[in-house]
Amino acid sequence: MRHLLSTAQLSRAEAIDLLDVAEQMSHVSTREVKKLPVLRGLTVVNLFFEDSTRTRLSFEAAAKRLSADVITFTAKGSSVSKGESLQDTAQTLSAMGADGIVIRHSGSGAPHRLAHAGWIDAPVVNAGDGTHEHPTQALLDAFTLRRVRAGLPASGPHDGAVGRGLDGMVVGIVGDILHSRVARSNVHLLTTLGAHVVLVAPPTLLPVGVDSWPCDVVYDLDEAIASQGFDALMMLRVQQERMDEAFFPTAREYARRWGLTDARARALPADCAILHPGPMNRGFEIGAEAADSPRTVVLDQVANGVSVRMAVLYRLLTGQSTADRGREGQL
Amino acid sequence: MNQTLIRGATLPDGTRADLGIRDGRFVDPQDVGASATVVDADGLLALPGLVDMHTHLREPGREDAETVLSGSQAAAAGGYTAVHAMANTSPVADTAGVVEQVHRLGRTAGYTQVRPVGAVTVGLAGVSLAELGAMADSEARVRMFSDDGHCVWDPLVMRRALEYVKAFDGIIAQHAQDPRLTEGAQMNEGAVSAELGLPGWPSVAEESIIARDVLLAEHVGSRLHVCHVSTAGSVDLIRWAKARGIRVTAEVTPHHLILTDEEVRSFDPVYKVNPPLRTREDVLALREGLADGTIDVVGTDHAPHPAEHKCVEWTAAAMGMVGLESALAVVAHAMRDTDFSHADLARVLSAAPARITGLSQHGTLEAGTGANLVLVDPAAPHVLDPDVHRTMGRNNPFRGTQLGMRVRDTFFYGTRVVADGALGAPLDFAEAGPWND
Repeated sequence: MRHLLSTAQLSRAEAIDLLDVAEQMSHVSTREVKKLPVLRGLTVVNLFFEDSTRTRLSFEAAAKRLSADVITFTAKGSSVSKGESLQDTAQTLSAMGADGIVIRHSGSGAPHRLAHAGWIDAPVVNAGDGTHEHPTQALLDAFTLRRVRAGLPASGPHDGAVGRGLDGMVVGIVGDILHSRVARSNVHLLTTLGAHVVLVAPPTLLPVGVDSWPCDVVYDLDEAIASQGFDALMMLRVQQERMDEAFFPTAREYARRWGLTDARARALPADCAILHPGPMNRGFEIGAEAADSPRTVVLDQVANGVSVRMAVLYRLLTGQSTADRGREGQL
Repeated sequence: MNQTLIRGATLPDGTRADLGIRDGRFVDPQDVGASATVVDADGLLALPGLVDMHTHLREPGREDAETVLSGSQAAAAGGYTAVHAMANTSPVADTAGVVEQVHRLGRTAGYTQVRPVGAVTVGLAGVSLAELGAMADSEARVRMFSDDGHCVWDPLVMRRALEYVKAFDGIIAQHAQDPRLTEGAQMNEGAVSAELGLPGWPSVAEESIIARDVLLAEHVGSRLHVCHVSTAGSVDLIRWAKARGIRVTAEVTPHHLILTDEEVRSFDPVYKVNPPLRTREDVLALREGLADGTIDVVGTDHAPHPAEHKCVEWTAAAMGMVGLESALAVVAHAMRDTDFSHADLARVLSAAPARITGLSQHGTLEAGTGANLVLVDPAAPHVLDPDVHRTMGRNNPFRGTQLGMRVRDTFFYGTRVVADGALGAPLDFAEAGPWND
């Protein structure tokens, strides 16, 4: 694995390896000194062309816990809007000695272009590109789900889930699939790990062509809750601008039909975990009862995000593959 | 007296013949004098000079992308003896002044006949008709009008345009794209766009406009030309319209005959084009439509862009591909597995576009007409290298593709503007000749 651009590129073995490394990383976060020396002397550049405080901080924390130097560059909009091409930006960073680049961009495919255009040599991590993919989010979701599946604490140091997949798990993803990079990454990764994914959304928020995805698609959330036996339900954030674009009649109607209302939360199987990539629109896609339920693992997802990103940076920047685990003893 | 004898060329119908040229016209080879320049065309295919109905020459306004001169040279190198320069320049070619400027620049260059296309609406804004009559009456004698790049979306404006140009046997060339259905669109809408998360450009956005326009053309009895048809559904609609007797003609680009939206997986903006690359099914339907005559012509939609508009992320990149210098070889390559003959190539790349646009001196090898001719080596395997092309645009999606056909000589009204693949001297329009007829 040279870059992490998409979860579609990950084999089951590679995915489990990353999750297992993340499990080891989760121990670091509870130590008194939350640092490993493995990336000492290396520079990670966070290239954020789109606002995302949460993801940026998570990557910064991950890089710093591995002792890397971190440079963060934020510029809203496309590279063109500030009069510089992506090529020039990339080559500038390369000239500064970037050993790894984490890129967030509003345009689908920008990380892929950065990785494959021949402009730079450094490994590239996709931290979310347009409505394409958000692979580290899917990895942290998978990490969390794996813990849930094993009946373990959803975050914190533990080794009980090491080596496992998500075989047999039924995971619902509810909401704006069309515009969701989280959904795309999760459909690939969770399926690769053996889970059965069910997408639940209004037809207007499903992409044309979704029928070729390796998952089921239903429109009715109540029916899905009644019939699917969900082990986990992931509620997606619905952006304010979708309401102005008439993807559905009103916010209230959306909440009634696709929101995780208190009644629906009660109708879920007792052990069904509730996930949300955050930030939550309370009262819209998720009600208070679900948001504050002990089954809700939103904060665990955040904690696991740092561990997963540490694992990704470690694997990419130390050039270690699944087959080459020589330095793992140092963790 | 300027005389040329082309000896032993293979004609589109497969027969071998000599071709005589005198003072810019084809003449009986017997009538060419002993002083004539002799060109040995043994093994070469002689096609009537190619005619492009869809070219972006960028001048005036974006001379960093292409000029009338560089585009004319590219056209000659690709075997084109006439090109139609689209109106989306800056300023827009929506007045007699701008079309005359482009017309003059073309004559000054002298490598191909540059025929300006007039805008249908002022500023391509789709609201009020440009002075179509003034452009028709100008020195440029505009007959084809298009807002290409933009769809004439308002049905009433489209109806009026179709009706109005009947006064001077004009034709409206429509860029069929419903703007509302394609807001923010980045690629074909389908399985690949779903996976890549790029906003989709659905086939129906093209087909719904074509359906409407053929019905409008029928209603008002006008001529309609559909630019760059890209979907299987569009081919069906045009086939239906023709069967019904509607006066519609249609065009396909070389790239839509080969490339599919699978290329977008690379996120390389060289594959970003409008209308977008579609599916394999669409490509096959377009080839079939071209072979059976439903689609009348190949138009290059030659759209040069400076490198900085393509060395960016997909979503920020400009749409468009160059095509003048690769069209013939690419079309031959695309159709190689069908029974598409050299006569068919001559039809779709020369005779049909000349007929549709009223270019009586092009599209034929008949004695008495303008000596517009291209000699092609039909068996010249080569790997396409856009870096040696005369166009300023390097955005050719066929870089590295193995092609089989190569232009060797282009005669523009008898002037050998391309000789053995190299640019020659241009035609001097100041002299008297059939080019001024």
